[in-house]
Amino acid sequence: MTLSLVGISHHVAPVELRERVALDVSASGALAQKLAGEGEAVCLSTCNRTEIYLAGADESLAVEALGEIAGEELGSVLYRLSDEAAALHLFRVAAGLDSMVPGEGEILGQVRAAYEAGSPGQVLDRLFRQALHSGRKVRNETAIGESPASVSSAAAALAEQVFGDLTGRRVLVLGGGKIGTLSARSLTSRGAVVETIESRTVPAERVRAELADADVVVSSTSTAGFVLRKADVEQALIGRRGRPLFLIDIAVPRDLDPAIHELDGCYLYDIDDLEAIVAETLAGRRREATRAEAIVAEEADRFHSWHASLDVVPAIASLRARAEAIRASELERVRGRLGGLSENDRRTVESITAQIVNKLLHLPTVRMKEAAAGADGAVYADAVRHLFGLEDER
Amino acid sequence: MAEVLVWPALFAYGEAALAYAGNAARPGVAGRLATWGVRLGWLVQTALLVAQAARADGFPWDAWAGSLNLFVWLVVAVYLIWGCRTRFRLLGLAVMPLAAILLFTAWAGGGTGVGTRSHYSNVFLILHVGFVLAAFAGFTLAAGLAGLYLWQERRLKRRQAGGLLGRAPSLASLESLAGRTVAFALPALTAGIVAGFVRLGSHGGGVDALMAVTLLTWVVYGAFLVLRYELGWRGRRAAWLLVAGFALVIVARLGLPLTHFA
Repeated sequence: MTLSLVGISHHVAPVELRERVALDVSASGALAQKLAGEGEAVCLSTCNRTEIYLAGADESLAVEALGEIAGEELGSVLYRLSDEAAALHLFRVAAGLDSMVPGEGEILGQVRAAYEAGSPGQVLDRLFRQALHSGRKVRNETAIGESPASVSSAAAALAEQVFGDLTGRRVLVLGGGKIGTLSARSLTSRGAVVETIESRTVPAERVRAELADADVVVSSTSTAGFVLRKADVEQALIGRRGRPLFLIDIAVPRDLDPAIHELDGCYLYDIDDLEAIVAETLAGRRREATRAEAIVAEEADRFHSWHASLDVVPAIASLRARAEAIRASELERVRGRLGGLSENDRRTVESITAQIVNKLLHLPTVRMKEAAAGADGAVYADAVRHLFGLEDER
Repeated sequence: MAEVLVWPALFAYGEAALAYAGNAARPGVAGRLATWGVRLGWLVQTALLVAQAARADGFPWDAWAGSLNLFVWLVVAVYLIWGCRTRFRLLGLAVMPLAAILLFTAWAGGGTGVGTRSHYSNVFLILHVGFVLAAFAGFTLAAGLAGLYLWQERRLKRRQAGGLLGRAPSLASLESLAGRTVAFALPALTAGIVAGFVRLGSHGGGVDALMAVTLLTWVVYGAFLVLRYELGWRGRRAAWLLVAGFALVIVARLGLPLTHFA
């Protein structure tokens, strides 16, 4: 059964086009049901890609469907892959190797959701389960997803490095800049409690008062001059009984006096520091990606062997059924002449004849499976069908 | 015959030390190999101690080298409680080479053999030597945690935190674990010291240098607990205090006790 893939992704299509063909999980599921027909289909749609995986279903219908959703011919931005290449592509996607940020973790959940909403059968079921397995394996056996990949996640990861679990930790957000808001969101998602002072000119008195309770300060105001000076923080530290304070200054010009970093128990990171960490960790992710590619290739090979064996399995099954039928009918034919045998002897004869059939068919079976892993599987299967007269049993 | 067990234990501890170094360079399989090295080494050393105890006529670890053998076993035991967690593998880089070197020293000093019969009672030796060594093992681990804290804090201060993220324990957990370890170890040291003084009271004898250093150690760690939990001493100051306390443990453990039980 041929496996095929049609889709568009961030490699070839601009966001204006990708957003037009982006589908939520239920719409992806509905499209997959529609395209499956007699075969199988799964539609994977994320902000970076919309891809339709098909097995035994009409590829041209999928192309048409994507064109209809986009409202135009997709032509050159649409890619089509089949069999081994399609499988390898999905394995790379699930491992995060095809993502904008190598190793990003969200994709694995998106692949699972697409698989559950789709219409998989024997081939796509195996393909997606193995892709999810290889995605997990890549994350477990490499460090590709360990480090932060954005300024906001770097800020949250640094805060975790100081405080450990962020549940219940108090975050003071000064100003309403975009990266500041994203950082606050990243901290909130880890259980931190956020207090925001969102005005253009942040009242210094209030900030100083809040400092006594805060664990993390995220500042991104547009105020000229420092919102917090070393002396302010020094004052606040008196009542903190040694609790550390982590400060993130995302504003340009800077909001927080760099001298704060000199204070014991205070860690101040500005936008350049965070970007340097992201650059370092991205370089690390790219190094790990090489190891991840090897894991994915191995898993794709395993899938390919299994998929190729589907070509010869029916022929092997027919051959064995034919041999068994001959064995049974020949035994039946001589049953009268074997009437004098005891029950034990009859069982021995049954066993010996079954063993002869098995031994005769063992090597051809192994050879056909080996050939299936290469390109000759279908040729061998046809030859066996022809030689043993199995054509009618296809 | 029991002494033969020292070699597989040494080999396993050495393998763990090397694997921890490999894991620091490239996390993954090396970390798991290190963890198994620690576990197997500790099990073999346990068998060695059991064999020693079974063959000895009394408590076999009262001499300097023997007590070093027991001390290594206790250090690795305390480390095993939480040290095999992925994020604490960096600590193994400090603990396991130390364990391997000290076990080798114990073997070289004859501390892995049967030993000679002591004129001290077994109950006294178990209470006194056992508790003091257990406390010292706890202080050793607390010092390891403090060292890791200081190294990590320095990297955060120098803004070189990229390599730490997701791989090392947080400052808060290092600090809290070090505090709790001392909170468990100090009562053990107190019990060991009390046992020693009770015997001193009933059998007579003077205070030697080892006793003085041990008492000073008790004062330092007692001060640490008061400052940490009552006065809110945290961070670098508290970590340096643990390192200072460990310097006394080294003096007590390696420098002075050669004649204590003579």
